[in-house]
Amino acid sequence: MMLSRTADQLFWMARQMERAENLARLLDVSLAVSLLPASRAGTDISAPLALTGTLEAYQTRHGQISASDVLAFMSYDLGNPSSIVSCFKSARDNAHAVRGKITAEMWMSINSTWLEARELAAAGCGYQTFFDWVKERSHLFRGATHGTCQRTDAFSFIRLGTFIERADNTARLLDVKSQLLGDSDSADYYAWSALLRAVGAFEAYHALYRDAPSGRRVAELLLLRPDMPRSLRACFDETYKWLSRIEGDNGRAAKRLAAELRAAQAYTSVDEVFETGLHDYLDKMLADITRLGALVQQAYLEAA
Amino acid sequence: MHALTLPEPGHHDEMLLSSGAVRSHYQHFANWLQAQPPEMLARKREEANQLFHRVGITFAVYGDDSGAERLIPFDTIPRVIPAAEWRQLEAGLAQRVRALNAFLDDIYHDHQIIKAGRIPAEQVFANAQYQPLMQGISLPDGIWAHITGVDLIRHADGSYYVLEDNLRVPSGVSYMLENRKMMMRLFPELFARHAIAPVDHYPTLLLATLRQASRQENPTVVVLTPGQHNSAYFEHAFLAQQMGVELVEGRDLFVRDDHVYMRTTAGHKRIDVIYRRIDDAFLDPLAFRPDSMLGVPGLMHAYRQGNVVLTNAIGTGVADDKSIYPYVPEMIRFYLGEEPILHNVETFQCRNPSELDHVLANLDKLVVKEVHGAGGYGMLVGPAASRAEIEDFRARLLATPANYIAQPTLCLSSCPTFVESGIAPRHIDLRPFVLSSGRETTMVAGGLTRVALKEGSLVVNSSQGGGTKDTWVLED
Repeated sequence: MMLSRTADQLFWMARQMERAENLARLLDVSLAVSLLPASRAGTDISAPLALTGTLEAYQTRHGQISASDVLAFMSYDLGNPSSIVSCFKSARDNAHAVRGKITAEMWMSINSTWLEARELAAAGCGYQTFFDWVKERSHLFRGATHGTCQRTDAFSFIRLGTFIERADNTARLLDVKSQLLGDSDSADYYAWSALLRAVGAFEAYHALYRDAPSGRRVAELLLLRPDMPRSLRACFDETYKWLSRIEGDNGRAAKRLAAELRAAQAYTSVDEVFETGLHDYLDKMLADITRLGALVQQAYLEAA
Repeated sequence: MHALTLPEPGHHDEMLLSSGAVRSHYQHFANWLQAQPPEMLARKREEANQLFHRVGITFAVYGDDSGAERLIPFDTIPRVIPAAEWRQLEAGLAQRVRALNAFLDDIYHDHQIIKAGRIPAEQVFANAQYQPLMQGISLPDGIWAHITGVDLIRHADGSYYVLEDNLRVPSGVSYMLENRKMMMRLFPELFARHAIAPVDHYPTLLLATLRQASRQENPTVVVLTPGQHNSAYFEHAFLAQQMGVELVEGRDLFVRDDHVYMRTTAGHKRIDVIYRRIDDAFLDPLAFRPDSMLGVPGLMHAYRQGNVVLTNAIGTGVADDKSIYPYVPEMIRFYLGEEPILHNVETFQCRNPSELDHVLANLDKLVVKEVHGAGGYGMLVGPAASRAEIEDFRARLLATPANYIAQPTLCLSSCPTFVESGIAPRHIDLRPFVLSSGRETTMVAGGLTRVALKEGSLVVNSSQGGGTKDTWVLED
């Protein structure tokens, strides 16, 4: 049992930290792709804008798409609410509002992340260094949470926020790539490799398939495998697990949907995904994830 | 080697005698300090600042959206109080707070002290802080001020004087606790050399006091904050966490059938005790300021029914008002039949024509304060004021004399402090925190020592450039 407002702020604190990490992963790849010869790069560099729905805001501000402007806009621009520094600020503000409910170590980790991010942005730190740093800070926060946070509902809401956000990000990332490449199985080695690197699954892919990346296998890995910590399947397993632990009867609808999503993902084959079409499949997933977020919000987080 | 600047003549210095010799209770510390390399204090101060920033022990600056927060400057040289001196202070503080609680219970019930002619009725009933809607309300054990902060200074004569009682929402206790944690981290070797009374059990004592305040057997306690933009938000969150209770805002609470509930993930939960860090006027828009977004509509009604306890009670401000202050020694005699252990500062009440005449004739020597002022604002420090400022105050005094009191310019004691010029004496005060329940009046040894960092300044408020020090009460 905890205050609805506290649960809400813990949930969003975790989501914003996870979002910052995913953005860094995505931008890291965009940066790598932008260094490739133009013929291989395609239109990838605008992917972060499409993914976060900030293309219009970007164009108002910068006009032409350029790698350096996109990186600056998505990394350091506090005027862009979807930038990495904005995510850190929002995570920090949420943590500040519930600092009595998180441990001193969690608070120090999240507070110094925001303070340092501001300094790095002001100093114009190199992007590669910055993205590595962002991932490290996210790992540190997760470690502090894991190592010190009491396993109460507070912890459940934090984990829930993490995995709903991660599910959303993985689905979007895959969807953007699938649209760029079409639904065909024709492999663009660099684009799929870049995606695998973005989610830290490059090594796992090669260990499993021992072959050049193909769309079908990448989709299988990131949608259906329970042992990949950023796959949709793993995210749904976790979402169900943490949701089902939360006390009280308020969340029956949310819990039911989480269970359905988990079962659907566990008993779907990659062939079935491609029968539906990858884009259509992901579209439905994204809608379901949004609906789950809304049900959680209604059941627990809004002051009724 | 550290060179110590000698204190100004005519002040009491906590560490040094006027000859420059070290007082005996500071001897261990002075020996240790002399053995330290000269850059040590600067390094430790930097370390402390970084830690305070990371932990977020800061106070918000109003009107700044960038999330900028300032640190209250922390000085690493402790203020040390010998055991015997503290015993005297502790007895005096407990006595004073017992009398103040008795006074509050009396003026909201039978008015005996007024009937006995010890305090003029208009001083109480015409006071803006007197809450008529509390008249006749009986609180558990007759306790009104569960948490009191008493501001003390030490005068040139070496005695402590009470400058002010804080019976509404006294703050600063988190700095007392965090300063100690910081000192133990920076200078563990000093704690091995001294027997220093611990303070870190304060939250446990506070929770026990709050639970005692309710007639319920196993009461649900919460801390009510105006929110994260309040300058003392850190303290509200800190205390809630240390006590393991919920930190709530007005919007988390609602009143149904004259009971107060909080909204939780598992439904509604009833609340029995609210440690509120919101002023009376903002608690309930139905009873007080209708524009307040911070409070809980209907709270006052539930409170008057006895269904929830507020700590401190509504209406305690009448007892810490500067116009009531001169009567506290009389309260001690009247309610407890004892002589006051702690002195009041001599105070002239400008509402009395003879005292007003004296004040007007001595404006250049006195400190004149607004009766309802706080935070070091709205006051005249005669010896430091220009002719124009004095004339301005003269006009104000003549216009509304009852709004002012005057006191002699105090000689706050000094304590060696690490400043730009090295280690030099700076003026300090002391705010111990006294907890009252039906069972006992208690406190942890020490309190918050505030220090005026500007040379010669007597204003210790953090809003005006004051800092803090750890306060050590030595054990025998």
